[in-house]
Amino acid sequence: MKILTFFSLFSTFLSANSINVEENAGQFFSSGHTNNWAVLVCTSRFWFNYRHVANTLSVYRSVKRLGIPDSHIVLMLADDMACNHRNPKPATVFSHKNMELNVYGDDVEVDYRGYEVTVENFLRVLTGRLPPSTPRSKRLLSDDRSNILIYLTGHGGNGFLKFQDSEEISNVELADAFEQMWQKRRYNELLFIIDTCQGASMYERFYSPNLMALASSQVGEDSLSHQPDLAIGVHLMDRYTFYLLEFLEDIHPASKANMKDLFKVCPKSQCVSTPGHRTDLFLRDPGSALITDFFGSVRKVEITMETINLTDLIKEAEQKNIHTTANLQFPPLHLSSFLPYLTPYPQKPKQKDWHPPDGFILGLWTLILLVFFKTYGIKHLKHIF
Amino acid sequence: MGLLSDPNRRRALISLLTRLNAPICVVCYMAGVAWFMGLAFEPFTLRTYMSENAMGSTMVEERFPAGERALATGREFSAHKKKVGGMPVDWLVKTMQARGLEVFTQRFSRTLPFPDENKERYLVKGTNVYGILRAPRAPRTEALVLSAPCTPGDNNNQAVGLLLGLAQYFRNQVYWAKDIIFLVNEHDLIGMQAWLEGYHHTNTTGMDWSPLQGRGGSIQAALSLELSSDVITSLDLVLEGLNGQLPNLDLANLFYAFCQKIGVLCTIQGKLQRNDWDSVSGYSHSVQTMMLMVMKQASGRPWGDHGLFLRYHIEAATIKGINSFRQYKSDTTTIGRLLEGMYRKLNNLLERLHQSYFFYLMPSLSHFVSIGYYMPVIDYILLLICALDLWVQLATPPPRTEDGVADTEQMSSPGVLSVLTPLVISHLTGVEVAVEHFPVSETEAVVLTAIAIYTAGLALPHNTHRLLSGEGTEQGWKVLKLVAVLYLAVLLGCTALINFSLGFILALTLVPVAAFVTPHVPKILSAFILVILSPACTLLFSVFFFQELQEMPVSFIDGWMLFLSVISQGILDHSLYGSLVYPLIALLVYPCWLLFWNILFWK
Repeated sequence: MKILTFFSLFSTFLSANSINVEENAGQFFSSGHTNNWAVLVCTSRFWFNYRHVANTLSVYRSVKRLGIPDSHIVLMLADDMACNHRNPKPATVFSHKNMELNVYGDDVEVDYRGYEVTVENFLRVLTGRLPPSTPRSKRLLSDDRSNILIYLTGHGGNGFLKFQDSEEISNVELADAFEQMWQKRRYNELLFIIDTCQGASMYERFYSPNLMALASSQVGEDSLSHQPDLAIGVHLMDRYTFYLLEFLEDIHPASKANMKDLFKVCPKSQCVSTPGHRTDLFLRDPGSALITDFFGSVRKVEITMETINLTDLIKEAEQKNIHTTANLQFPPLHLSSFLPYLTPYPQKPKQKDWHPPDGFILGLWTLILLVFFKTYGIKHLKHIF
Repeated sequence: MGLLSDPNRRRALISLLTRLNAPICVVCYMAGVAWFMGLAFEPFTLRTYMSENAMGSTMVEERFPAGERALATGREFSAHKKKVGGMPVDWLVKTMQARGLEVFTQRFSRTLPFPDENKERYLVKGTNVYGILRAPRAPRTEALVLSAPCTPGDNNNQAVGLLLGLAQYFRNQVYWAKDIIFLVNEHDLIGMQAWLEGYHHTNTTGMDWSPLQGRGGSIQAALSLELSSDVITSLDLVLEGLNGQLPNLDLANLFYAFCQKIGVLCTIQGKLQRNDWDSVSGYSHSVQTMMLMVMKQASGRPWGDHGLFLRYHIEAATIKGINSFRQYKSDTTTIGRLLEGMYRKLNNLLERLHQSYFFYLMPSLSHFVSIGYYMPVIDYILLLICALDLWVQLATPPPRTEDGVADTEQMSSPGVLSVLTPLVISHLTGVEVAVEHFPVSETEAVVLTAIAIYTAGLALPHNTHRLLSGEGTEQGWKVLKLVAVLYLAVLLGCTALINFSLGFILALTLVPVAAFVTPHVPKILSAFILVILSPACTLLFSVFFFQELQEMPVSFIDGWMLFLSVISQGILDHSLYGSLVYPLIALLVYPCWLLFWNILFWK
């Protein structure tokens, strides 16, 4: 009797589980990506820009910890802080004062170093137009199922980011580079984080789909640095990245934190500047995008003893999708529709600036003229007619 | 028609200018002086701020511990100095080597044109000792200099002690990106000049020195230390260098920032800053500080050992420790920490200091007036001169009159001649005054000869008239005045650009001279005024005024002796370091003044 109840319980459990797995199988492809890449760029050189290198290295550290391997990370550092003559602790780069955390470690792989970090190289990495002799470690070998994290830090202004004191990349160039990436289907979804002064201006011009952007400050605001270390004599980190690092330290590969939590990192009380984000080009709901979708390389593995019929489940999932995403008209999601060049993705309508209706201005001028001639007499009218 | 191209309007303007010439002159002059006085008023000045990104704020941790040991080293130095009776070269070499520096020496010698009575030297022979701390990991392309002078007697022993203590501390750190040169120079400025000439392979002053065996790369900044007591109450910053050149304001900003961080009282011109700028005494305090800086800059002599670095585009300043009657005293460790902090910040520099101002005036250590604000002073005063020379030009009838060609020829030729002769004779007199090689070897004889030639020039007009054909013409003196006024304007303008203080002081006295001098004013009175406003008397009054500002007023006899010594120092500075003030005044300003003297005695 007991064995029977136990067996029935077990079978119901198994069936429930399998139904669970079958439902989950639909979600296996819901995020759409199969591999993760990261492009982390520090654009400033000189000793007093120590904090930009520390910023980039701390994001590198988090991204590696969450699972993206060095072969999938393109790390570009414009200057060598660890071996700078002015570093009182050579071979280290600290991100917390009192030398708590050395983000340089002994397994840092820098792909573009020193003067190789230029606007041209950065754009070539993004678009994939590199000379054939470029080694694999310097290439962004992403495909249409890749989620890419791009992190930029340095000195910037309204609409540009300064590379190494000698050149700038503008927001238009960046938007065009992302469009090139989209046309060549080099990404599935792209998260763009920028920590510079007036960082929000850099994502204003994006127009390709599936881009989500975060910036540390709005146009007209400066991003501030966090804390100086008196023994080293420089500021160690920028505020936004410092709090981002603290947030990421709590993320582990299985965590379900989503992008909405990321938007809350570093409110104005901590950051002094107002961080901004842009999600209108991102086709999924940001709440459904996990942090690990971009920052980690999570292999979805579920062990099951059942065989699962994928085509049926996809149809079920498609029914659910049509019901939940009410406003968007998507074509039915067949497996074949994942092939990119057959159907273009629909885009959300662009927001236009409001202009007053055309006739309104004409009417206004007529009114002004009439009033003018009324006050000054009708005889002036004959000069016009 | 335009304002200036319409003949009617032009004539109206000309008549306006001619009528109002005197009021315009007075108004311009008063405006210039009032603007200058307004510069010291605190709301018109700007607070100092660090302009160089690489230097950032004062975030370093200073850990210099060895103040007492530095004082002990200073006492040893003083004992050896007494034993040797000069610079203890061997002891210094041994001590610097013990601290791990690369030590080199340089011998130099120089015969002054005549004995210097202030410092009591005539044939100068000496040795400089310097040690180079090589940066542990950096290439040897850049250097910083810390220097302390070796003065006879009991002065500056603590400075040398602190220098050696800092050398030992700096040697143990790994974060130096530039070489640091610790220099102890003998015979202060002469030794410094020899060292700098040897370092940069130039020989502008004819000194005899042995070449330097060791070098450290291009020098980015230098600090000179003068410390004569074990404890101090305040630190004084001296900025004025040779020919009135000033270091980059960022160096002063750095010093001030560290003074505030460490909590040491800092002064400039020996005067402590006051907070009550809206009261009369507070305002007069700022005016006094600014006038002291103007006087020191106008004299054109380097007021510290740092003054000679500026010529090589090396930003340098002198820090003097002052021990006066205050309760709160800072010890040597604190000064060592301040210097350590400053050097760590200078170490972060990537290029020479160039972000901040090179031309400025400081009414106090935390406020400054940049060239953009003080230049209008000279502009106003020179505007007066433009008005004047326009007036003279217009008062002179144009050569194309309707009286006939012969008349004009007759009038124009005496015009040219009458101008040339006084000019040439004035300049020759100036050259006499500026002659360097005197057969006499007594300072007083030299100076009195200079004054004698100066006074002889006063008799000039009577002599020029004998050579002149067209004497006593109305036309003649007007042309001469035009030339003299133009000459004065160009001279003052150029001087003010390079050394604003000198230009301003000369303008203050010479421009009224230019304005009122004509042959028609009462002779005796205007001759007296002209002599009062001549460059020599300006110098005499400046000496008295300077002593007043420093709160050490002198009696007339002492003032006169001081005046003579100032002239002799001026000649010596010119021959030893290449100062340009004396040649400028003798060769250019004085002949200009003589031209005006000529105009006065035209008939």
